Amino acid sequence: MDLGIVDLSRLQFAITALYHFLFVPLTLGLSVLLAIMETVYVMTGRTIWRQMTKFWGTLFGINFVLGVATGIVMEFQFGMNWSYYSHYVGDIFGAPLAIEGLMAFFLEATFVGLFFFGWDKLSKVGHLIATWAVALGSNFSALWILIANGWMQNPVGSAFNPQTMRMEVTDFFAVLFNPVAQAKFVHTVSAGYVTASIFVLGVSAWYLLNGRYAELAKRSMTVAASFGLASSLSVVVLGDESGYLSTEHQKMKLAAIEAMWKTEPAPAAFTLIGIPDQQARETHYAIHIPWVMGLIGTRSLTTEIPGIEDLVEHAKVRIRNGIIAFDALQQIRAGGESGTVAPEVRKAFEDRGSDLGYALLLKRYVDDPRQATDAQIDSAAWDTVPGVLPLFWSFRIMVGLGFFFIALTALFFYLSARRMLDRYPFLLRVAAFAIPLPWIAAELGWVVAEFGRQPWIIEGVLPTAAAVSNLGASTVLLTIIGFVLIYTVLFIIEMALMVRAIRKGPEPDDEPEAELVSPSLVAAE
Amino acid sequence: MILHDLIDYETLRIIWWLLLGVLLIGFAVMDGFDLGTASLLPFVARTDVERRVVINAVGPVWEGNQVWLILGGGAIFAAWPPLYAVSFSGFYLAMFAILFALILRPVGFKYRSKRESAAWRSAWDWALFIGGFVPALVMGVAVGNVLQGVPFHFDGDFRIYYEGTTLFELLNPFGLLCGLLSVAMLLMHGAAWLVLKSEGPVAERARGYGSIAAMATIALFAIGGLWLWLGIDGYRITSEIVTTGPSNPLGKTAEQAPGVWFENYAAHGWMMIAPALGFLGAAGGLVFMRGRREILTILSTAVSILGIISTVGLSMFPFILPSSVDPRSSLTVWDASSSHLTLFIMLVVTVIFVPIIVAYTAWVYRVLWGKVDEKEIRDGTGHAY
Repeated sequence: MDLGIVDLSRLQFAITALYHFLFVPLTLGLSVLLAIMETVYVMTGRTIWRQMTKFWGTLFGINFVLGVATGIVMEFQFGMNWSYYSHYVGDIFGAPLAIEGLMAFFLEATFVGLFFFGWDKLSKVGHLIATWAVALGSNFSALWILIANGWMQNPVGSAFNPQTMRMEVTDFFAVLFNPVAQAKFVHTVSAGYVTASIFVLGVSAWYLLNGRYAELAKRSMTVAASFGLASSLSVVVLGDESGYLSTEHQKMKLAAIEAMWKTEPAPAAFTLIGIPDQQARETHYAIHIPWVMGLIGTRSLTTEIPGIEDLVEHAKVRIRNGIIAFDALQQIRAGGESGTVAPEVRKAFEDRGSDLGYALLLKRYVDDPRQATDAQIDSAAWDTVPGVLPLFWSFRIMVGLGFFFIALTALFFYLSARRMLDRYPFLLRVAAFAIPLPWIAAELGWVVAEFGRQPWIIEGVLPTAAAVSNLGASTVLLTIIGFVLIYTVLFIIEMALMVRAIRKGPEPDDEPEAELVSPSLVAAE
Repeated sequence: MILHDLIDYETLRIIWWLLLGVLLIGFAVMDGFDLGTASLLPFVARTDVERRVVINAVGPVWEGNQVWLILGGGAIFAAWPPLYAVSFSGFYLAMFAILFALILRPVGFKYRSKRESAAWRSAWDWALFIGGFVPALVMGVAVGNVLQGVPFHFDGDFRIYYEGTTLFELLNPFGLLCGLLSVAMLLMHGAAWLVLKSEGPVAERARGYGSIAAMATIALFAIGGLWLWLGIDGYRITSEIVTTGPSNPLGKTAEQAPGVWFENYAAHGWMMIAPALGFLGAAGGLVFMRGRREILTILSTAVSILGIISTVGLSMFPFILPSSVDPRSSLTVWDASSSHLTLFIMLVVTVIFVPIIVAYTAWVYRVLWGKVDEKEIRDGTGHAY
């Protein structure tokens, strides 16, 4: 076994995060759909809407518990496997996590019990409030975790403190209103809404194909198609926002996604498909569309998008700056708190401290970055290029699926408006088979965002390789095996229970239709 | 932003040390009865309906209670990053055991009643038992090891080196004693919850196990205190104590010495309230449980938990995680916190949100007030699990 501790820790994080993210998008979206359905029930008094809320609520519950169970792992793993990261950025990164607990998890978890147990204990409006609280809580949780994640992509509002050897917050509002975080939040929750919409659409289509629960299925499809159409448009539009932002903050990620080896004259062409070759630094069999890349990336015809080779040259400069900063840091720390540090050393650190992280890239090759050779600096600079081929294709499949979701939901929106939902069995079959696709898109989105950030754990600040805990490889291997085993077993059980609950269908709801909330409105007619 | 200068760094550190205590106590009191109830599940309930009574007694609330743990993790990360980094990576396999158990718990609650098969349900009952018992035990063992000092040190870059090698090192006699105390305390508290929420044979059995657990809590807490006094060296800072300096653990020196864990009590007599509450709460739990005063029982057991956890915190102050191999690396209230600004921001957020959380949690408990009804479970109305 020759996998280093860094690779093992990354593997464990990837496995647990990707697995956690199988449940999160459905929770995010389905909670809102449940709240919408129950709102219709409370406003119209039609019991079929309550039956729908309960039925989709059962499926929500089966999915929700695994999101909760795997979420705890995520929060504890930072300290367990990434202890140097936790020390280095806990001052900033910990805050949104704690606020997530205070503002989101308590709300979501306290009211989810009432959602399931409170049907007979609460008034109609009381229960509706509980349902909206769950939806609000799960969406708040996405907000705070993406503020945390957005900071890893674009570390604003913070500075390195030589006395504590860590990043400390300087401007909390900058962290809060980090544009990357905002774009990521809207993109991610919208993706969750799409996932839930396609799920509801697909399951309902399957019912229609089998001639079961037609009333429930059609109403569900109407909600899912309209909500899904709005969300899938939002995913693509705000996904583009995310792309625009990465030209500002993560030029390398963008260049890798587009396999742009060299800077092209503006406006750059968009490579539709091709096979990027990291060794040869070129893309084979590429099909280009002129101008499009420049338009998406910069929203102008004249701004250049830098290619990978230029960015690597730029990284070399920053590594050399980082070495100067590193040297200044060592002198400052040797001087201690007494402050016996020459002013020019302090100045050197102030000027180049923001490149300190680049010096840490050299730690892979040499213990003291100041001893690095030119060849080592070259290697470290080339390390800043993430894996181009997986990024290139993950991104394209994700975007392709995004456009497919727009088409599918738009089509069903139209069919629903024309009351022709059960007219075309072929389309129903397409909807049913589309169920897994949003998950594929969401997982690939994670790959683009997080694999695309490599080799950084905090963009430009801390390399991933420097962030791990000093654990034995066998220890981490043991926990990887443990997680994979329990996750696999639970996933199989979860799928079986889902299928069972879908086959079984909704519980009958024989209670008489309630009166309209505002009979006076009807009387006034 | 200069607002944070309103509260000085030293005060903020003390406040966050207190909030750390509030979080741990909040977790042990709120989620504690879920863990205790789950640990009692195979023993107090024999038939399927009885087991469902037990499960539904915590079913609607355990999820919200578990957030105390999640918030605890997040708040330690935000306010005490070195504590989060050292303890979670140092106790790596112990943490994994807790996670493994806690993964089983939500699934056990939700999936158990989805099928009729007896084997299916019995398997989930044991999963729930593990999900309650293992965290209760391991967390107590961890506290027992913290009191003795944990084998870690920092290098100049604050990279953490943990020198323990196996999980079994944690299971030393004193660590195990603390683990058992933790189990006894949460069993007592879980039994108090079951007495409140159930009737008939389940409540009777819970009363029996709860009484034994309360006696065990008193005995183990007393033995633990004596052992700590006679056999375990505490830690003290030997350099000048700087309370407002940067969070740099290596800026001080410290040493291990006998009897130090009791110095705070000698210096500040009022602190004896904490151990007194630990004993009195458990004794009250025992008396009220026998006397069928249900609400007083659970209030007493909660007070006992408060007293026991406070006792540990107060005896260690200002230490929060001592290092046995390099006392200088020990984490204290004065050198292991977040920055002044972060502590202030987090305090503001806490002050805003905690009253809101308390208010809606109280509302939910009020809605769910009352005993779990066996008849309702048989008829399948009003119960999700």
